[in-house]
Amino acid sequence: MSDAEAQPPQPPTPHMHEDPHENAYLAHHFDTPQQQFESGKLGMWMFLATEVLLFSGLFCVYAVYRASHPEVFEWAHRFLNVTLGGINTMVLITSSLAMAWAVRAAQLGQQRLLAICLSLTLLGGFSFLGIKYIEYKNKWEEGLLWAGKYKPTAEALEHLNATGHGEAAELGVATTDASSAAGHGGAVASAPAAAVTASAPAPVVIDGVKVEHSQIAPAPPGPQGMRLVERAGLLHLMPERAPRELWIFFSIYFLMTGLHALHVIAGLGAISWVLARSLKGQFGPAYYTPVDLVGLYWHLVDVVWIFLFPLLYLIH
Amino acid sequence: MAEQVKLPNEGVYAGVEIRGHEVGHIVPVRVLIGVWLALVVLTAVTVSVTWVDLGGALNLWVAMGIATIKATLVLLYFMHLRYDHPVNAIFFIFALFFVALFIGGILTDVQQPQYQSELIRGYAPEMNR
Repeated sequence: MSDAEAQPPQPPTPHMHEDPHENAYLAHHFDTPQQQFESGKLGMWMFLATEVLLFSGLFCVYAVYRASHPEVFEWAHRFLNVTLGGINTMVLITSSLAMAWAVRAAQLGQQRLLAICLSLTLLGGFSFLGIKYIEYKNKWEEGLLWAGKYKPTAEALEHLNATGHGEAAELGVATTDASSAAGHGGAVASAPAAAVTASAPAPVVIDGVKVEHSQIAPAPPGPQGMRLVERAGLLHLMPERAPRELWIFFSIYFLMTGLHALHVIAGLGAISWVLARSLKGQFGPAYYTPVDLVGLYWHLVDVVWIFLFPLLYLIH
Repeated sequence: MAEQVKLPNEGVYAGVEIRGHEVGHIVPVRVLIGVWLALVVLTAVTVSVTWVDLGGALNLWVAMGIATIKATLVLLYFMHLRYDHPVNAIFFIFALFFVALFIGGILTDVQQPQYQSELIRGYAPEMNR
């Protein structure tokens, strides 16, 4: 340091390379364009790793609540529109294709194709947000929002309960007579007690005394408003009506899709910036790093949605 | 770095003279289209497989398996990981390893009976009020 201080100040020469024939975009602290490109790319991948860890927190929340409240997820996902979610998946995948093609166009110096591909990527992103807006608007009108804002309208709840019965019938699940009667009539009955009365109409012998069924005291109140459902040889208790804890699902839904939508918005901003620069002819085979790195970000947003779609919309 | 691609059009781009020492790997169009087609088909498969009851948690595993295949295709080809220096993939795989650690560690605890409130809820009906 003392040597440097002793010398007269040098004129700053950032971003200038000694060889005038070299790449004008090569920063002075890199030896070759390849080294510069790969360093930038490595930095982007480190950022993407932190993005994965950010979303993993929400995936943890999802895993915990789905493991401890499976019935909430089975009920609530019926409110999500699989058609709109599926269209959005296709839109985002196609947008990713346009982005990957834009990188190729930049690498080959195809300026017109680069601008077209970036515009198509933007179109895909805006279409995604538009469809998401329709879905959010429907949820808003039905009162199916997060935590304290979860105040479903009467129509929404009725629709929910109706679709619930419909799906149970479709799946051909076993529903015990008495327990469904309890659900509809509001009488206190338990599924196990129902099974006993249905399968053993004959008098039973207790301590050597023959006892009629009418003499047996009713079983203690069992799962109220619950259905005994057989799935894959296992018995599950499914609520007859929409569980109160549905707000858990909608909180998670808005948290995960909302954070994802914020990423889409940020990606649209970055792609617009790249498009503006590409229209000035700033990218070509020798320098296209911003196109490539913004593309990586956009693909990661796509990858996150690839997992969100089945986890939220396609619950069996 | 993968093999250098011979550019058909050397010349001046964006005011820069291209002399055949370009960076990065150029993905062929047929690979891009092929990956896109695979993604579309896999999306259709994952939607239609929900109409079938595979029993137990198998539906979830199938859906997650298809999503993982789709994500891998995007990472390998759209995001160039297959052609890149392996250090990028190593960073990313480490992040995925930590995610698996988080979720796996949490689920081993959640599956303990004391957290399965649905097992006791039916026998304490007032909890539902």
